[in-house]
This record gives sequence, C-alpha cells and structure tokens, in this order.
Amino acid sequence: MSLLQVRNLRTRFATDRGTVNAVNGVSFDLAEGEILGLVGESGSGKSVTALSIMRLVPEPPGHITADSLSFDGRELLALSEAQMREERGSSMAMVFQDPMRSLNPVLTIGRQILEVLHRHQKLDGAAAKRRAIELLETVGIPLAETRLKAYPHQFSGGMRQRVMIAIALSCNPRLLIADEATTALDVTIQAQIIDLVKRLTRDRGTSVIWISHDLGVVAGLCDRVNVMYAGNIVESGPIRELFHRPSHGYTLGLMGSTPRLDGTGGRRLTPIEGMPPSLIDPIPLCPFLPRCRVSVAACQERRPERREFGAGHWATCLADLAS
Amino acid sequence: MASTPALPFHFRSSLVLAARQFPRNRAATVGFVILLAICLAAAFAPWVAPYDPIQIKLSMKLKPPSLEHLMGTDHFGRDIFSRMLYGGRTSLSVGLLVVGFAFILGVPLGLASGYFGGKVDNFMMRLVDAFLTFPPLLLAVALVGLLGPDIQNVMLALGLVQAPILARMVRGSTLAVREDVYVTAARALGASPVRIVLSHLLRNMVSPIVVQLTVVFSAAVVAEASLSFLGFGTQPPEPSWGRDMSEARRFLSDAPWMFMAPTSIIAVCVLSINFMGDGLRDALDPRAWRTRRSVGTDA
Amino acid sequence: MSTLLDVEDLEVHFGRQDAPGTIKAVNGLSFSVERGQTLGLVGESGCGKSTTGYAILQLIKPTSGRVLFDGTDLCKLDRRELRRMRRKLQIIFQDAHASLNPRMPIGDLVGEALDIHRLFRGGARRQRIRELLDMVGLSSQLAERYPHELSGGQAQRVAICRALAVEPELIVCDEPVSALDVSIQAQIVNLLQDLQEQLGLTYIFISHDLSVVRHISDRVAVMYLGKIVEMAGKDEIYAAPAHPYTKSLMSAVPVPDPDIEAQRQRVILKGDLPNPADPPSGCRFRTRCPIATDECATIDPPQHPLGNGHWAKCIHLKDA
Repeated sequence: MSLLQVRNLRTRFATDRGTVNAVNGVSFDLAEGEILGLVGESGSGKSVTALSIMRLVPEPPGHITADSLSFDGRELLALSEAQMREERGSSMAMVFQDPMRSLNPVLTIGRQILEVLHRHQKLDGAAAKRRAIELLETVGIPLAETRLKAYPHQFSGGMRQRVMIAIALSCNPRLLIADEATTALDVTIQAQIIDLVKRLTRDRGTSVIWISHDLGVVAGLCDRVNVMYAGNIVESGPIRELFHRPSHGYTLGLMGSTPRLDGTGGRRLTPIEGMPPSLIDPIPLCPFLPRCRVSVAACQERRPERREFGAGHWATCLADLAS
Repeated sequence: MASTPALPFHFRSSLVLAARQFPRNRAATVGFVILLAICLAAAFAPWVAPYDPIQIKLSMKLKPPSLEHLMGTDHFGRDIFSRMLYGGRTSLSVGLLVVGFAFILGVPLGLASGYFGGKVDNFMMRLVDAFLTFPPLLLAVALVGLLGPDIQNVMLALGLVQAPILARMVRGSTLAVREDVYVTAARALGASPVRIVLSHLLRNMVSPIVVQLTVVFSAAVVAEASLSFLGFGTQPPEPSWGRDMSEARRFLSDAPWMFMAPTSIIAVCVLSINFMGDGLRDALDPRAWRTRRSVGTDA
Repeated sequence: MSTLLDVEDLEVHFGRQDAPGTIKAVNGLSFSVERGQTLGLVGESGCGKSTTGYAILQLIKPTSGRVLFDGTDLCKLDRRELRRMRRKLQIIFQDAHASLNPRMPIGDLVGEALDIHRLFRGGARRQRIRELLDMVGLSSQLAERYPHELSGGQAQRVAICRALAVEPELIVCDEPVSALDVSIQAQIVNLLQDLQEQLGLTYIFISHDLSVVRHISDRVAVMYLGKIVEMAGKDEIYAAPAHPYTKSLMSAVPVPDPDIEAQRQRVILKGDLPNPADPPSGCRFRTRCPIATDECATIDPPQHPLGNGHWAKCIHLKDA
C-alpha cells in the first residue's frame, strides 16, 4: 500500500521572463517504510517536487497542479491551508540543507522543540520536557538534558541538523522529506546522520524522500531512486537495478561524471557537456537530447515515453543502453 | 568560436559600456538634462536674465509672478527670476565645489584608513571623531570666522566639514569590500596596493559614494544659505538661493512666491542630482543593467 | 623529478600569541610537492587545509616556518619581491563568482593579470586573452560579459583562465569544484588535468571530497585540527589507510554502488570536532578515536614511516 501517490504533478512559477516549468508532470509512489531517493542537479526540480508535496511553494508566483497528490488516502491539493498546516506538523515533516538558518538563533534549543510539541501534540510541562529529551537522545545528542538550555550557535552544524531532525520527528511523522540534508556537513557527520535515518525507518517505519545530488549517499541509503532532469523523472527503479543497468542517457552521464573513492572510474571522468536547458520554453523532444552522448535517430523525432527495463525499472529514453 | 574572424572581438572599456547604459534610465536622463539646463542658465545669467538682479525698484516691490516678472519681485522690487539665475552661480558652484572638495579629501582618507588599518586608521578616525563632535554648522562658522567672510572660504569650510563624514563612510565600505574574495584574488595575482584600491575597492564602492555625494551637495546648498543668513557667505545685495530663501521667510504670508522660487529650485536641483546619482550608480553596476544578453552554451 | 615546493614547520596562529584562545589553525606542517604533481590536501571543515593554502601563498602571513618555492623562502621576501614572485604561484577559489570583480568584464579580468606583470601589450594582449579563453574552453565573445552573466562552471573557467594568464608553475586549488553540479564538476576536473598535462603545472588540490581528491591527486595528505595525520601516494592511502582518522574518513565516504555500500563497514566517529582554541593534549584525534588509550593523551605522536613515502602519526601503528 503506498503512503504517497503523486500523479502528473506540475509546478510552475510566473516570472517576468515567462513561466518557469519547474516540475513538469512527475508521477511516483512511495510505500510505507520506503526510502526513496530523488537525484538530480540544481534546477532539475527535485526540491520543488518536495516543496510541492508539502505545499510549501509560495502561491503566487508558484502554481501547483496534479491529477492526484494523495497522502494516506487524502488529496493534499484539496485541503485548506489550515488543514495542511496541521498535516505538516503531524504526519509529514521536512528537513532542509541549511541547519544554520532553520533554527531561531535567539531561542534555546529546548524552547524550539517544546514549542512544536505544544503546538502539535498539546504536550506541556514535565511531559513535554521528557519527550524533548527522549527525542534528542534518539537523534544521538549526548547530555540531552543540559543541551536543552543551549542556543543554536553553541551547536556544530551536525548537531544542529540532528536537532532539526529531532524537531521533524517530534510528532512521529509518517513521511520525512530530507532536502540535501547532509550536503553542508562533513563526511563523518554525514555518515552519522545517514545511520540515524536508516535506524528511524527500521524502528518506526517512517517513509523517507531523500533528495540529494550525491549518487554515493543515495546508493547506500535508498531502496528506490527517481532521477530527475529539467523537471521530469527520466529514470526510476530499485536501487540495484538502476545503478547496475542505468537506462537513461542522463543517468549514465551522471555516473560517468562522478569520481569514485574506490578508483574504479579510471583516470578520466566523462562529463556531461553543455548546460541544463531553460525551463521556460521546453523543447518537445527529450530535454536531455542536446547534451546526450547516446542519442539515436529517433530522439530527433519524438519525445520518448516510459519504457520498462525490469521490475519497477523504467526510463524515458529511446537508446538501448543495456549492452 | 575564437577563430571566427567575422565575429567582432573588441574590448569596449567598462566605462564606455556604462556610458551607454546611462541614457536607458529615463529619470536619470531627465535629471541630467534639467541640471544641465539650470547650470547653463546660471552660467550665462548676464545674457539670459531679463533684469539686473540687484537693481532696486521700490515701485515694483512684492509683485506676484506675471509675464513681466516670471517669478514676481521681492521686497526691493528686484526681479526674482534674474536673482535666481545669478544666485545659481553662487549656490551651484558652492554645491559642486564642496562635493569636489569633500571627495578629494574624504575618499583618499577613508580608503587609506580602511585599507591600511592599524595605527593609520586609529589616528585618522580619531581626527575624524574630533571633527564630528562639533555641530557642522558651528564648525563652518568658526572656520569662516577664522578665514574671513568670503565665498571661497565658505566653500573651503563646508568642504572641510563634509569631508570627514565622507571619509568615515568610505572607510566603512573599504573594510567590507576589502574582505571580498576578488580582492584576495587580486593580491594573489601580485596587484600593487594602488591597483587594488583603484580598480577593485573604489570600483565596488561607487554606489554608497555617489549617494553620499548627492547628500553632500544638498547639504552644501542649504548650509551656504545658513552661513549667508548669518552674514558669513554671500553679502547682500548679492543673490544666492539660500540667502534669498531665508530673507523670504519674513514675507511668507504676503509674498509666498518669494519663498517658493528658491525652495523649488533647490528642490528640483537636489531631486535631479538624486536621480542622476541613482542612474550613475546603476550604470556603473553591470548587475543592474537592463539588457539581457544570452550567454553561450559552453559551461 | 625535482621538488618545487617545500613546506617546513609551517605554523599559522590566529589571535594573540600564546594568550589563551589562540587558534593554531596550522600547527607544524611539513611536506613537499614535486614538480608537475598534484598534492591533495583533505580534511573536514576547520582542519586548516584552506589556511595552509593561503599561508603557502603568503596571503596569510605564517606565524613561523619556511615555505621554499624552487629554493626561495617566500616568507622572507619583501613586498616587492613577493609581488613579482606571485606570477609563479596562483590560486583558484571555491566560490568562483565571488573571486571575480563583479564590475569588470571578463576580458578586463584576464587582461588585468597580464597588465600586472607587464606581459603582452597592445594588440598582442588582445590576441593573448583570446588564446587564454580558448585554452579553458570559453568563447572569446565572453570577453565583454560580466561575471554575473556566467554560470558557475563558466565563472570557474574564467578564474582558471586568469590564473593561467601569468604563466604560473604552481596553482593552489581551494575546493575549486565543491560548489558545482556533478556534471560541471567533471568538466572542470578534466580541464584541470588537461592543463596540467599541457603546461606541466603543479597543483595543491584542497578539498573535503575524498573521491575527487583521489581522482586528481598523486599524493594525498590528510589533515585533522591543523596537523597532517597521514600522508601517502593516493593508491596506498586509499587501499591501506593507517591512521584511525583516515580509516574512518574513508569508510564514511559513500561509493555510488549499492552492492559495495551494502557490504561496507562504517567506522562511525563519536561526537564532533573539538574546539580548535583548546585542542586535546597529545594526539588531537584521541577524543573521537575508536582505539585511543591513556597514552594518547600524553604523547604527541611522531611520524611513523610505513614505507614508500607513506607515513602516519599514531602511536598504535606497527612497523611496516
């Protein structure tokens, strides 16, 4: 049973220079307890997809449409802003890249956690405090009781990100969206956070959408991946399938561009030449075509449909990359 | 594409590119044209002015604007329009020279202070503090009193009063810009301090300096009025916008045009200068340019 | 092969000397770089890797130590001599856009580098700028553009182009690709490699990304709290990391392969970086080290040779 069902999600932004089609007909499912990776480069629409699901896109200038955006059987786009606010605090939560700016610098950590507990769980006094301490311990912050009195600047980046996760978890959300949550952190701290997220899904069955540009992190954490390019999902599949049999020119390009710690990539990287396309006037063909190394004649004629490459593995690519 | 000779490849200096941007800003262009017109009218006052500005004709005193006297007459029957034209010579040259003086003195001081820091900075900033403890007008009065009541001395005094204010502001901007990465990059290239200051620091401080200079101009015009009123600047019956404005206060209810003429001219000048300053600031900042040029597709 | 750069006992302290709160950002660093090679300097934020780069270039005055470039101690040069010397040592920054004066068109930015050292005048200057832009894969039409009109990748190319204009021998690359998207990152990494091959450049490549460092470097130095804890050829250090910090660092870096990831043993470090103003006694890593003993608090570990130019600073190492 899928927890989240996204069908033909489109998010546009009106700008002086025209309408930016940031998300361009995205469809996917997220199962209970599943960790789904959303991979792509800046401007691919992965963050906007997440913000649209949370309905955190400012409207206007943004505008979200979808055939269906259902979470736990409810249509999110049909909810009022007040209902959505309720939803955001209790059943879905989001963690952002920059833990420095997500916390209020003049309030103690404890105050900020307690506020959320009060607002969404109606917990107060000693019970709330106990719960806050428990949350900080869950995310691996030692001496939680004394840390409640600390201010954000007294915490390192990794600790602050853990506090953000603690706040996100405070209401036992069923869906956690992490937008480049470890990008600003050092690798050793990143490893700690990933470890924590894995533990959470295992112990609580939380579903996670993990947005990242780092294929390595995704390979180690996710069950399934959606690769995004220019506002579209260009390839989707179970993690092993996708990494072993990349079936879209862009996925292949990403892998060729990524240097590997185990040094199996060879002395030369194979970059993707050129730059991402404008999202204002989308071409009717495959958006990756101008940069594609594996394009075939048919690519010049029509926009590729989804093609199945295995169980739950599809890509919108006309080239045959299996060989 | 480097080998395609058909494509023009020239380096128009950034000043030329900036000069082309300026006319695109309508308000700035209008400001420039108005200011130019006022300056020219003042410069050619003897030819433009219909009357002698100091000729007293009591029979014509306190007449409202008419075709004969475009801006009316004052309490001595003098033609206000002519007085404004001649007064512009004093007021505008005070304004411009004070701006120039403040710039020449204040900007290098501020730059040196901010760039070298340490003892130089400490010394200069204490000096500036000392200057700033006096009320500006009082300081100007004291300086003019010391040097003698004469229009040149008024300019000098006002310049001396304004320079430290500018110096302090330039120092602040220098401290901020000095830390920018491109300044480090220039140092790494082996650029001399002079080059760093002129082509990197100063260039990126144009906006606040331009804004401050428009403020200095307005302040100078008004300060000249106050000094003249106190008997230090222009001596009666010589016309000056500021002094005429102060004199007109006594006739505010009987002859409001007497007051209106200098105030509106000062206002128009200050406004024009402000628009011009904005335009200049934008023209010198490539990020504010309106033209959208597409960038080649190579990453 | 000859040694181009020799750094001996480099110290960079911030704050008042020997007063409490002095931060020893770089603490007794010694290493050398061979001509035409790339030394990777890796470590996490706050380890002093960027400060080291700045100190080598004398953009931050080192507190003590020697920086011998081709036999000349850069720390002893007077200002004028240093400015002349800067032609030979260049730097590119993480934030390429910030490193380009926003008010100068690209042609002027590159041309300024030529002007400073009085290289190529008049018509030859224009021709040279064209050549340089071409060398980094940019159209000379960009000469009239301004930095804000460029993408991140283009801006970094301009920064590289400007550095190359003065014909340097050594380039300090301070996280040059960290802010770029993967596909653009690969373009820049390839460009740096090509230029090294063509021009015989020597690089000091500073990065927190171990995968990129492995890809581009010949030798790698791992820094922790102002000290190099391990140094070796890139393949040795990745195949057989000796220092517990290097080990945990390596194990934390994700590899884009789900099968490998599923089998990897991570050494998850406890806690965070200690306060650099008050570093732990003895071995600086001991507060987070999985194998630390009481001894580690008292002995500042010396270099332990492991053969083949590989060494690490840990008292628990067995002889190779």
